[in-house]
Amino acid sequence: MSTGLVLDAESRNLRPVGRSPDVASAAEQDTREATPVGPGHLETRDLHAWYGTNEVVRGVTLTIRPRQVTAIIGPSGCGKSTFIRCLNRMHELVPGARVRGTVLLDGQDIYAPGVEPVYVRRRVGMVFQRPNPFPTMSIYANVAAGLQLAGRVSRRELDERVEKSLRMAALWDEVKDRLHEPGTRLSGGQQQRLCIARALAVEPTVLLMDEPCSALDPASTARIEDLITELRERYTIVIVTHNMQQAARVSDYTAFLLNGELVEYGPTHQLFTNPTDPRTEAYITGRFG
Amino acid sequence: MAVHRMRFRITQEGLLRAGTALIALGIPAVLAGMVWELYRASGLARAAFGWRFLLGREWDPVAGEFGALPFVFGTAVSSALAVLIAAPLGVLTGIYLAELAPPRWRRTLSFTVELLAAVPSVVYGLWGMYVFAPWLRRWVQAPLAETLGFIPLFRGPAYGIGMLTGGLILAIMILPTIAAISREVIAAVPVSQREALLALGATPWEVITRVVLPFGRSGIAGGIVLGLGRALGETMAVTMVIGNAPRISASLFSPASTMASVIANEFAEATTEIYVSALMEIGLLLLGVSLLVNILARLLVRRLGVNTR
Amino acid sequence: MTGISRSQLVPRAAADDLNLRWRLARDRWLLRLPALATATVLVPLFSVLYYVVIKGFSALDWNLVTRLPGAITQPGGGMANGIVGSLIVTGLAVAAAVPVGVIAGVYLAEYGRGSLGDAIRFAAEVLAGVPSIAIGLFVYNLVVVKMGRFSALAGATALAIIMLPVVARTTEEMLRMVPASVREAGLALGIPPWKVTMRIVLPAARTGILTGAMLGVARIAGETAPLLFTALNNNFWSVALDQPIATLPVQIFTFALTPYRHAQMKAWAGAAILISLILVLNILARLVLGRERGTPQ
Repeated sequence: MSTGLVLDAESRNLRPVGRSPDVASAAEQDTREATPVGPGHLETRDLHAWYGTNEVVRGVTLTIRPRQVTAIIGPSGCGKSTFIRCLNRMHELVPGARVRGTVLLDGQDIYAPGVEPVYVRRRVGMVFQRPNPFPTMSIYANVAAGLQLAGRVSRRELDERVEKSLRMAALWDEVKDRLHEPGTRLSGGQQQRLCIARALAVEPTVLLMDEPCSALDPASTARIEDLITELRERYTIVIVTHNMQQAARVSDYTAFLLNGELVEYGPTHQLFTNPTDPRTEAYITGRFG
Repeated sequence: MAVHRMRFRITQEGLLRAGTALIALGIPAVLAGMVWELYRASGLARAAFGWRFLLGREWDPVAGEFGALPFVFGTAVSSALAVLIAAPLGVLTGIYLAELAPPRWRRTLSFTVELLAAVPSVVYGLWGMYVFAPWLRRWVQAPLAETLGFIPLFRGPAYGIGMLTGGLILAIMILPTIAAISREVIAAVPVSQREALLALGATPWEVITRVVLPFGRSGIAGGIVLGLGRALGETMAVTMVIGNAPRISASLFSPASTMASVIANEFAEATTEIYVSALMEIGLLLLGVSLLVNILARLLVRRLGVNTR
Repeated sequence: MTGISRSQLVPRAAADDLNLRWRLARDRWLLRLPALATATVLVPLFSVLYYVVIKGFSALDWNLVTRLPGAITQPGGGMANGIVGSLIVTGLAVAAAVPVGVIAGVYLAEYGRGSLGDAIRFAAEVLAGVPSIAIGLFVYNLVVVKMGRFSALAGATALAIIMLPVVARTTEEMLRMVPASVREAGLALGIPPWKVTMRIVLPAARTGILTGAMLGVARIAGETAPLLFTALNNNFWSVALDQPIATLPVQIFTFALTPYRHAQMKAWAGAAILISLILVLNILARLVLGRERGTPQ
């Protein structure tokens, strides 16, 4: 199935057919990746989610590989944000929201009766569409917010972990001299990296990102995409994005959702260059959405 | 022709604007007039006593002694007591109404709490005299007097009427203010803030104490200061349960008097000019303090743009 | 796969798990506090209503509503003059405060965006918080001294001043809530802006303004302090505006302070009438306002 677009294995960008693709090495890449079950393995089985009577996620069965970046793409309203909010049990906070199905985190169902959502959210962190640092807290306090919930962390350990998280979020150099300024004084891109640092500080296994760059300028977006590529080595990342180029640049696997259903899922380069489902092809060539 | 009509319309527009403005200016005019009138009417007393008025401990109109300190003391202590009790209860109630109450009951419960504010002061006074004070004497004051009666705070006979009762009834009356404003402030905290802490693995209580309350702190503080303002000016209920003795005492059981209650009680009997003027001066003092407190409260709440009704 | 215990979902340090358990347990207790506080707050309200109903309605009879108080030491007698007096004084206050308040509200809503509007709005909010007894003193100087006597007029003036900011603020709020499309439709027809305001927007907000007035009435109906030295009291029948007049709240106050049980019962009865009126006004206002604003939250 020719799509007119091809994933350039080097630049990881979509480009029109005609330049030199290297499909063979892409296929090799795929077989090399056997599905490891390690910390950060997330799996959904027949996941359904409702807002009241409105079914927004319809029976999605999907495996998210550990230490890989999985992108969820699809047109607006296809349920992708709702889907990832089911992965850290945030969807149920909305009045009238309902979930059915299984979500396995390293083999354990997070929706099993008796499982406390608070536990799940420590393991599965989240970064939101609009940066939301706490306005009454300094940069330091923002990053430490999750840690201080546990209460007994010593000042020195707190300092260490705050620095470590800010370094991981590529923000340390920019803020190390002003850690006690309010978090809201940073630029949009910096605020989002602050939120990433805050999420990383509690050392989750999985990091969910709900369109993290959609409120940011291109330069900040590029920095965060670089960040995601670095973070991949330590965390499982699931990123929802409406920007297909971003998905192609940043992710290893991509899932395409349409009207709440999983239409196609596979290695990113394969999904973009050789999609199996005609609907996928139609979406990525811009015929709708 | 058309230009002439346009000009006419502009004048009519300007007329409405000027006319309504003039009438609306009546509001600040009344306020200013009030301050001026009380200042003028208290002239006699101010000239006679100067600053000693505020520090004098003896209030004996028959003997010509006019020291207002007992009333300042009474107002300060009863209001402080009221705020001390009503602030935590009110904020907690606001939390409940905004966050934790079952959604179906929220409107009714909020309305019911606000009904507390609709009960007239004199009815609270009536209830206070014949229901609350006897109850307080039997179940709170008597046991306290027995066990802790040696502490100055609880010394003296427990009549049921007194500073404690006054403070408590004030607390009941300012609770709905604090609760209603806290509720609005808390409800206005954006969902994204709560989600941010929840996503880090926080419990609901932690979200309230670490994100919601800090975010809304100036509005809530404004609500508490507003409650204080109401407590300062409350007259009838306090007059009926505080005992009306111009006395300064360390005991919560002692009868006392506030600035508002002394005016209510004694104005009708004020026969001499100096007596009336002294009461006017107390009124001026009361007005001044309540204006300051109210302005502070509005400034605090205004920063959040919350409707204080 | 199901029924996994919490600790297995967090296979990290056991201390971390313990800490999370403790926080959740502590949470369960702390979350009870707000509900407890609300219950505590509602107890006095229900107590007041209970006693007013029990004692008040038991003493309420046709006598009370139709007869004059008579001698304070004698049983029998009623509060007829107080009821009528309250109606008169409140009615006068409404007649004064509503037009002025509505016009002030119109100014604030239509032209009040600048600093003058801000100043007036601020003054209204501050005036609403002034102790009513201070307002009573002000009116004493302004009216009673000038007239040389206590009067119903003076009492009405005091109540009008109390009601004024309430009406002004409610009017402004209700006018702002009229959708801009209504105003635009009028302007598009070539109607001059001032006419659009007075003939189209204002009538559109009239239900809300009316309920604001109702709430204002509920507020001043129970006011006692400012009446103590403006309208004073009157043991006899009087509807003259330039004479002292009996009002229900003042009578309740007077009867409550007597040592005679029959008089105290009359106070309860008066309180029952007063509270019923205020409750009805508040509930009505809430119902109507609820419909105006749609379902809130």
